[in-house]
Amino acid sequence: MGAFRNSSGGTLDRTQRIRFRFDGKQYSGFQGDTLASALLANGVRVVGRSFKYHRPRGVFGMGVEEPSAMVRLRTGARAEPNVRVTEVELFDGLEAHSQHCWPSVNFDLGAIANVMSPLLPAGFYYKTFMWPATKWMFYEHFIRKAAGLGSSATEPDPDNYSRSYEFCDVLIVGAGPAGLSAALSAASSGAKVMLVDETPDGGGRLRFDDEVINDGPADKWLNETLRELSKMPNFEFRFRTTAFGYYDQNMVVALERVSDHLPEPEPGQVRQRVLQIRAKQVVLASGSIERSIPFGYNDKPGVMLASAVRGYALKYAVACGRRAVVFTNNDSAYATVTALHSVGAQVVAVVDSRTQSPGKRALEQLGDAKLIQGSVVIKTKGLRSVQAVEIGQIADEGDSPKKSHTIRCDLVCVSGGWTPTIHLFSHAQGKLNFDDSISAFVPGADIPALHVVGSANGEFSLAACLRQGSDAGIESAKQAGYETTASVSIPTAPEESVGDMEPLWSVPRTGSRVKRFVDIQNDVTIDDIELAHTEGFVSVEHLKRYTTLGMGTDQGRTSNINGLANLARLRKAEVPEVGHTTFRPPYTPVSLGALAGVDFSEHLSPVRRTPLHQWHERNHAHLQNSGVWKRPAYYPRTGESVQDAILRETRHVREKVGITDVSSLGKIDVQGRDAAEFLERIYINRWKSLQIGRCRYGLMLREDGFVFDDGTSTRLSENEFYMTTTTANAGPVLEHMEIYAQTVWPELHVHLTSISDQWAGMALAGPFSRNVLNTVIGEQAASNENLPYMGVINARIADVPVLVFRVSFSGELGYEIHIPSRQAELVWETILAAGQEWEIAPYGLEAMTILRIEKGHVVAAELDGRTTAADLGFGRMMKPDGDYVGKRLAERSALTANGRKQLVGIKSIDSSPIPRGAQIIAEPSGGKPAQTFGQVTSACFSPHLNQEIGLALIKDGRLIYGKTMYAASPLTGREVPVEIVHHIFVDAEGERVRG
Amino acid sequence: MLLIPCPWCGKRAQTEFTYRGDATVERPDLADSDSQWYDYVYTRDNPRGEHTEWWHHTGGCRKWFKVRRNTWTHEVISSEPPVRD
Repeated sequence: MGAFRNSSGGTLDRTQRIRFRFDGKQYSGFQGDTLASALLANGVRVVGRSFKYHRPRGVFGMGVEEPSAMVRLRTGARAEPNVRVTEVELFDGLEAHSQHCWPSVNFDLGAIANVMSPLLPAGFYYKTFMWPATKWMFYEHFIRKAAGLGSSATEPDPDNYSRSYEFCDVLIVGAGPAGLSAALSAASSGAKVMLVDETPDGGGRLRFDDEVINDGPADKWLNETLRELSKMPNFEFRFRTTAFGYYDQNMVVALERVSDHLPEPEPGQVRQRVLQIRAKQVVLASGSIERSIPFGYNDKPGVMLASAVRGYALKYAVACGRRAVVFTNNDSAYATVTALHSVGAQVVAVVDSRTQSPGKRALEQLGDAKLIQGSVVIKTKGLRSVQAVEIGQIADEGDSPKKSHTIRCDLVCVSGGWTPTIHLFSHAQGKLNFDDSISAFVPGADIPALHVVGSANGEFSLAACLRQGSDAGIESAKQAGYETTASVSIPTAPEESVGDMEPLWSVPRTGSRVKRFVDIQNDVTIDDIELAHTEGFVSVEHLKRYTTLGMGTDQGRTSNINGLANLARLRKAEVPEVGHTTFRPPYTPVSLGALAGVDFSEHLSPVRRTPLHQWHERNHAHLQNSGVWKRPAYYPRTGESVQDAILRETRHVREKVGITDVSSLGKIDVQGRDAAEFLERIYINRWKSLQIGRCRYGLMLREDGFVFDDGTSTRLSENEFYMTTTTANAGPVLEHMEIYAQTVWPELHVHLTSISDQWAGMALAGPFSRNVLNTVIGEQAASNENLPYMGVINARIADVPVLVFRVSFSGELGYEIHIPSRQAELVWETILAAGQEWEIAPYGLEAMTILRIEKGHVVAAELDGRTTAADLGFGRMMKPDGDYVGKRLAERSALTANGRKQLVGIKSIDSSPIPRGAQIIAEPSGGKPAQTFGQVTSACFSPHLNQEIGLALIKDGRLIYGKTMYAASPLTGREVPVEIVHHIFVDAEGERVRG
Repeated sequence: MLLIPCPWCGKRAQTEFTYRGDATVERPDLADSDSQWYDYVYTRDNPRGEHTEWWHHTGGCRKWFKVRRNTWTHEVISSEPPVRD
């Protein structure tokens, strides 16, 4: 085992040795290690390179706060960049690679940036590569390559993710002493309590501080508490779960890392899960994070947070170095001395910037170690990691420290005080106050149903954390409606006398080239902040964006406050005057896979299949996406080309008989004694006069006067109508009608029900369609007398009750047959069998489209939200009297003036295909800009006319029939001469459909 | 995510609903002026603070109703069926 690990101590399972690889080299650790503790135990100091200067970086923290020790974890499709080694639980076969360095982490050519760093101040890239602006794209490529972090996998993610919705009375975020104490109290009331914690086992600082609770060792209390809670049926613990965002009305969203601690998810297991937790009350016990002190070269491997050094010693029995110096401005770091001693490391000195003495407990912890008061670490020395530190004294505030001596050491344990983790409180729009006694922002005014406790609330004494947690537990349960009846015993800890901390936002400058890092992830130094200030970036938000302070994956957890305070110093202002940047979700990076959950690829939106879908598949239909629907495009026969199949199906309808699936049409049942009156107001045409058993084509407008949708509706009885809508507008039309029925005219008695899914539909069309229909519904049942054009009858096919409508959109004699969905295939097959005599054949969407263009029937391409009823030739349908939706604005001058684009037909004069979407121009353009008079909306080859035809919206089009214009498609460079004609090419007089 | 109190179904997640803006505007009569119609169709206030707005329980009972909501704090104050005076 590595030379930096003690043979005993910690909470490791030493019987289980785990092998892993870092940068190709084999190492081993124990069950219970993180990648960080295992690397440190193996003496690996340089883990990565920094963002901008490519300086060597090692492990700095112990958990979520880690700014610089990030790796690319796993390989291949599961490779994940920028993973904090401090949060990776070691598993057998783990593979990690350092990132942002080449050829290797110890010899990185990019480090030339470090040598050139005097030339690379804040904003360097912006300033240098600004001109000419057009070249930025060129420079950017190289800059992005030189600066940055890891790269992501390029293969599809093989893992699954999920989302779950959770509900509880009290949600507690953080399982440190305050959170656990809150959980005990809240759960004892009977309230449903959920506790989330980002670590695998909770405990917070109790895992790295040697503390006493209830007169015994804190870890004994911790284990008992976890056991006790786990027995309570109303309590749920979610480990490895980070609450990353707080949203309205106590919705906390968390990421549960279900199987990230395993080599790969077990079969059927998700990798991660997003929890949307809706809680009546939230207790925020998210703790606090130690911050650094900016001093010379404080970014080197070997400079670590004092708390992290403590944690590695006590939890993992790892000595982060052999000769340590502790540099602090507060009492908490003194505990690191005893922790280091416990793993056999030497503490050469404690350098305390304060002149006054630390508290009693700190002095006890100091023991025999040397205390240097009123002094600072000026800078570290050493090439790739710390080899010595220079110590000095600051005579007056702001003066450069005077070097007193150099101490040889390989570890600097730094503590600049503690910053409460108040991100979620801030997400909840909570205002922050600056607490001078701890030099940190703490939660200000209360937010209803949100309780912040413990060190997140700026309370650093263990006894008080336990008390606050317990009180909040009782109070939150009470507010959620659970009165605690049993007396709750609050866990106790000894009250301590702690010396005041004294802020030390940076060690003053000693030499112009000595870098004092504020943000070691983004390579932001005190000099950068001074430069930004000199250049006028005096707002914290501007400072952040100009220098990139706190913008990385760690969001400046260990550094932000130092940056703000230094800006305050430069502005000669107090920290609260300068303010702080806004915290926004997520608290920690969340993978896109987890956010997407199952909603990706084919699951991104629902797929809708018609009741005849299986028949289409069995009969080799080419299925096409039409909105959310899968619809048959055509049914190719063996050896037939796509075009041949489409033209055959089209001709077959004109010459014989075809059948097509129109089940995707929207269908709405309109009932009530005012149903007719309601339709009268929804459609532009008349409905009260419609006879029972007859249907009518209807057009509806939006309230702004433009056409919304069309379809046929049938009067089934006095007070019941069967309405159809276009496929795409099935939902929107229902919602539109609900608005009017419920909010505009609530006095009308009308009830609307979507029956789109309950009814399948098929269109039977062609000269022999009546013969086929008569065969299945009874001789003469479909005669012109029994079933005239726009008539509707009830019938039975294969003993299935069906509705038969005499409607046609193809320009042929035609019918629509609507059938209860479950019997659709039976009826379809029955019709096909009966139609064999007339050579019936199915046709798809492509043929249907050609048929409707030939007939000049409008669809979504023409109903594009910019056309009026009159534009489309339906002006006379608009009833002159009475109100209907869109009537008033359809009458405004702009919608009725001359010069509007009108629906016309176009024919290609030189037989070349008409480009879809082409613009209509008056003369060949010769490649020059030309005035456009309209556009082609639909185009196809018409087998019936043996000609290229189309529909177009052209300015005053109905006045210029016979004129030649040009359909120009600048994208393809084609300009096709077209003749303007009436938009109906087939059966203009309606003889066929009425015959 | 907001919890919207449907007067018929109770509090439900915002994702079940469709939003439709100001519920205080009334559709004018045909005889009303162009500017009244223009305002009705095109112009809406965008207040910071309390606002009465239409919500539709699209993924539930499909009823439209009025919600009184603070657009600044996101506080939902009340909801009621669309009964007119």
